[in-house]
Amino acid sequence: MPEPRSVGLVSAQKAVFETPITLTSGVTLPRYELVYETYGTLNADRSNAILICHALSGHHHVAGRYSEDDKNAGWWDNMIGPGKPIDTDRFFVIGLNNLGGCHGSTGPSSIDPATGKPYGSTFPLVLVRDWVETQARLADQLGIHRFAAIIGGSLGGMQALRWTITHPDRVRHALVIAAAPKLTAQNIAFNDVARQAILTDPDFHGGDYYQHDTVPRRGLRLARMLGHITYLSDDGMGEKFGRMLRSGEYKYGFDVEFEIESYLRYQGDKFSDYFDANTYLLMTKALDYFDPARHYGGDLVKALAEVQARFLVVSFNSDWRFSPARSREIVKALLDARKHVSYAEIDSKHGHDAFLMEDAPYHAIMRAYLDNIAQEIAA
Amino acid sequence: MTAPLRSDLRHIADWITPASSVLDLGCGDGSLLAWLATNKDCHGYGVEIDVDSVTACVARGVDVIQSDMEAGLSTFEDNAFDFVVLSLTIQAMHNVEGILKEMLRVGRTGIVTFPNFGYWENRWQLLLGRMPVSETIPYEWYNTPNIHLCTVYDFERLLKKLGMWSTGRVVLHQGEKVDLLPNLLGSLALVRFERA
Repeated sequence: MPEPRSVGLVSAQKAVFETPITLTSGVTLPRYELVYETYGTLNADRSNAILICHALSGHHHVAGRYSEDDKNAGWWDNMIGPGKPIDTDRFFVIGLNNLGGCHGSTGPSSIDPATGKPYGSTFPLVLVRDWVETQARLADQLGIHRFAAIIGGSLGGMQALRWTITHPDRVRHALVIAAAPKLTAQNIAFNDVARQAILTDPDFHGGDYYQHDTVPRRGLRLARMLGHITYLSDDGMGEKFGRMLRSGEYKYGFDVEFEIESYLRYQGDKFSDYFDANTYLLMTKALDYFDPARHYGGDLVKALAEVQARFLVVSFNSDWRFSPARSREIVKALLDARKHVSYAEIDSKHGHDAFLMEDAPYHAIMRAYLDNIAQEIAA
Repeated sequence: MTAPLRSDLRHIADWITPASSVLDLGCGDGSLLAWLATNKDCHGYGVEIDVDSVTACVARGVDVIQSDMEAGLSTFEDNAFDFVVLSLTIQAMHNVEGILKEMLRVGRTGIVTFPNFGYWENRWQLLLGRMPVSETIPYEWYNTPNIHLCTVYDFERLLKKLGMWSTGRVVLHQGEKVDLLPNLLGSLALVRFERA
């Protein structure tokens, strides 16, 4: 088998949608754009397409680099590329930035053609089902009716799950990683604290901070710091940082002393430099609202009744934000609905972030599952 | 076509009716389920605790759920399967009665295979004053995972106690069926059972 390689240099593309979309909230967007990237080649019968759905802070740049000296590869570069588990020699892989995002797709920081100003507070809330609808329209534009697989971790896994329910005939396989069938109260609570940090930042200006030439950096920074804690495990954090001090001794003040403080502040600062606060609010609400069983009397088995896709569900034992128990709820509902499903619970110390990490058993299962898909579609 | 089955698995497969649903507990690399899917049009799931085995199942296209059976089969509903198979695992489980009850909760027919402690070589070694080490019990007393070894008779007595009854029994030695004095001359037992 050839050595896994990078997809190499990539560039983003833009799809323009002139057909209005009415969102679940009732608001209609007359026009919108989605940025996306593709890797690999669509085969003659258009059967080898894989859609990658991103999580809270993800985007369309999933693999490869923009230039030779680009320091950062796409966010799932260890998973996607020639010879990698999601093998771009066999599959045509699509990554997109969801509607409401801040990486080029139409979102709160985009200019509203009606006013000539950024949407800001007027941008509607977008639900997972709305994303699925816009992703389906993108697939239509690209001439793809049925995906070989739709893959996502965390909020991305929720999109994959929603696809199988809304468009049963358009998904052969769903790979749902570190996800949940709906958020728990505790999980919504974390999201609300993150939102409160942003909403109460004086620089937020009701969401219209663009006109004030400012951004609610402090709020976004706190939101990210809190989120980050919940994405790591106690053990993983302990192993990496423990009680290590930057200077080796107590300073008896409030400046950065422990390495974990330094790490979280760095992550928060970095994030608040590039991420849009309104998008962060919108993404967390999409998480909170996600509950595909809601219209089926809370019965996920009923919600899955028409599903045709086969599933691979994966969780990580140190993930407490989207714990294995939540993945097992999805698995149980699929079993009770008599659907094809395999489930793996990976031993990892990386908490929720494990789904992005390179880990031999995790990647081996992904590779084995995707090899089968490739054989099935003769790619 | 799939590769030929190990002889004990082949005898299990003989008991399983075509187009039935099968739950294979401790399914290993999924070879039984893969064979049943190809040759008998059966469908079902494997249960495995070992991640490499889970990957092997996935590679074969066998649906597999990574789970610890000792914690019960709560992922599965009552009467969800026609057959529930537990091969060469029961002797290493803590809660033997629990798993047998769970098997007939989620399925109609149970099939269990286990090393027969009544096999003459085991008896002979005990007579000589040693813990038996034999082909189907290949461990020393100090490193064995086996904590609940039994003979063919013992197992059938337990079934009776649990309100279950044996509907079929095959005893093997080196893959061959043993009809004469099976509890003495057979090293591997296969028992099919249902609720009495």
